[in-house]
Amino acid sequence: MEARRRAPLPPLATVGATLAVALVAVPLAALVIRAPGAGLWAELASAESVAAIRLSLVCSLGATLLSVVLGTPLAWVQARGDFRGRGVLRALTTLPIVLPPVVGGVALLLAFGRHGIVGRWLEPLGVRLPFTTAGAVLAEAFVAMPFFVLTLEGGLRAVDPRLEEAARTLGASTWTTFRRITLPLARPSFVAGAVLCWARALGEFGATITFAGNLPGRTQTLPLAVYVALETRPEAGIALSLVLLVLSVAVLAGMRDRWWPR
Amino acid sequence: MSLRAAVRVRLGAFELRATVDGAAGETIAVLGPNGAGKTTLLRALAGLVPLADGHVVLGSTVLEDATTDVHVPPERRPIGVVFQDYLLFPHLSALENVAFGPRCKGLAAADARARAREWLARTRIAERAAARPAELSGGQAQRVALARALAVTPELLLLDEPLAALDVGTRAEIRRDLHAVLRAFGGVCVLVTHEPLDALTLGHRLVVLEQGRIVQSGSAAEITARPRSRWVADLVGVNLLAGDAERGRVRLEGGGTLDTPDADAGPVFVVVHPRAVVLHRERPQGTARNVWPARIDFLDVGGARVRVRVAGTPSVVAEVTPAAVAELALGPGVAVWVAVKATEIAVYPR
Repeated sequence: MEARRRAPLPPLATVGATLAVALVAVPLAALVIRAPGAGLWAELASAESVAAIRLSLVCSLGATLLSVVLGTPLAWVQARGDFRGRGVLRALTTLPIVLPPVVGGVALLLAFGRHGIVGRWLEPLGVRLPFTTAGAVLAEAFVAMPFFVLTLEGGLRAVDPRLEEAARTLGASTWTTFRRITLPLARPSFVAGAVLCWARALGEFGATITFAGNLPGRTQTLPLAVYVALETRPEAGIALSLVLLVLSVAVLAGMRDRWWPR
Repeated sequence: MSLRAAVRVRLGAFELRATVDGAAGETIAVLGPNGAGKTTLLRALAGLVPLADGHVVLGSTVLEDATTDVHVPPERRPIGVVFQDYLLFPHLSALENVAFGPRCKGLAAADARARAREWLARTRIAERAAARPAELSGGQAQRVALARALAVTPELLLLDEPLAALDVGTRAEIRRDLHAVLRAFGGVCVLVTHEPLDALTLGHRLVVLEQGRIVQSGSAAEITARPRSRWVADLVGVNLLAGDAERGRVRLEGGGTLDTPDADAGPVFVVVHPRAVVLHRERPQGTARNVWPARIDFLDVGGARVRVRVAGTPSVVAEVTPAAVAELALGPGVAVWVAVKATEIAVYPR
């Protein structure tokens, strides 16, 4: 590394930075300080908490699986497809990242609700999505899938297309080339995208409560349970919040090589 | 099995027009400077770039024909390609790299590995079968790439600058082994290189490609004796001038004339070997028919001979001894007389 003498930063920058850190750190510290201590395990072991944690794992993993299965071809098309309107497609599939989740929930209701444009055709087939666990999975996937797609797409783009050409000259079909060369080479992005997608699905609130409701054991995931518990049993709410905080820290730790390589 | 190809490829402003024919067991070396379109030619033969016009026929199989819209995709062509920087799959071992092709051609995993082992042995790199490409030296990676291309038992082998990325010592060794492998290869091999030595040692026949056009083709002896472009002449180390001949005198394109006894009428190339160019400080009174004034442009001192570029009409390169440089006090800017004997000039039609 090159040695250099840096110009000292003005005091105002230090003050601003300190306040910014406080904005993030003080609430998190409060959460840890006000943790119920001895009662923590009891709160987490309660039937409601266990149900919420289990449901959250089921829904977020289900949403991640759905995102991976559908998002992998989408990322492939976006990375390697050659067609008009690719920019529009990417904008559309990225939109849920910036869209307020509650709007996503409303949109899902209008599409897959009992009177929705698709839902009315599903109803006679016996398929019901709103206010079901499947609906919660769908809502989470709606919001979280773009994180997987964008991350994987970046990884696929980074694969040298000449390696794909080399595979083709060896007799590999486009599909074999993707399966055996491109996707394995993009594996770090695939894993990172899936983890990111899972973390986002785990914390999903707005779209889920709007589309799937807040039914304990069926659609009441961890964030919803936290919100409800704060009204009635604040200790339980704090305990469940801590669970989410620990999971978030674990995700960060797991991804540190990707996000801040040393 | 023979190759008949006539291709026209457009890449932006660049256009490649080339005809390549080859017989079974023959290696055609395509020689040309960087940017001549050599790699594009290989990619056209492999089916990796679309033809604007032309055809590629291997044996009795039409691989591509622009007029009838036939296009066999690369994965279904009986080809093996060694790419310039090898393009080994970085996540697979050397063995799996070589087994990849046979697997794609339908062999069971165990059979594909057995064949891969066989080819790694033939290219003398069997001991590195388990290594990843990142752990291989350049020469080792080249051997694996060659094994990978041959393991699909191609009828057409395409080699893109197979020795360019190697250091001098490895290059000689790989060249020798490549020579042996090519001799045993029964199909047609097209090898592109910017290195004359590789073309001369590995190719049965040479094709010179410049700026997307074939400027010359034939045996090594033919091409070196009668270069048809400045680039080839420079490679061979001779002066190449173009002009129009009439009754024992060649009127040169850039101005000036040269007298030569055997000039046919019409457009000709004139080759003057630098050793035949004599420099004098005073106007010489000799039998040399061609004498003209010039000024020294620069001196290229390399070993026992000094190449002196003189600017005049025409400008030529002379090869003199270091002793002569000292004796005549030759240096940049010095005025000299250039003399060339008419009998030292080779002339042939353009």
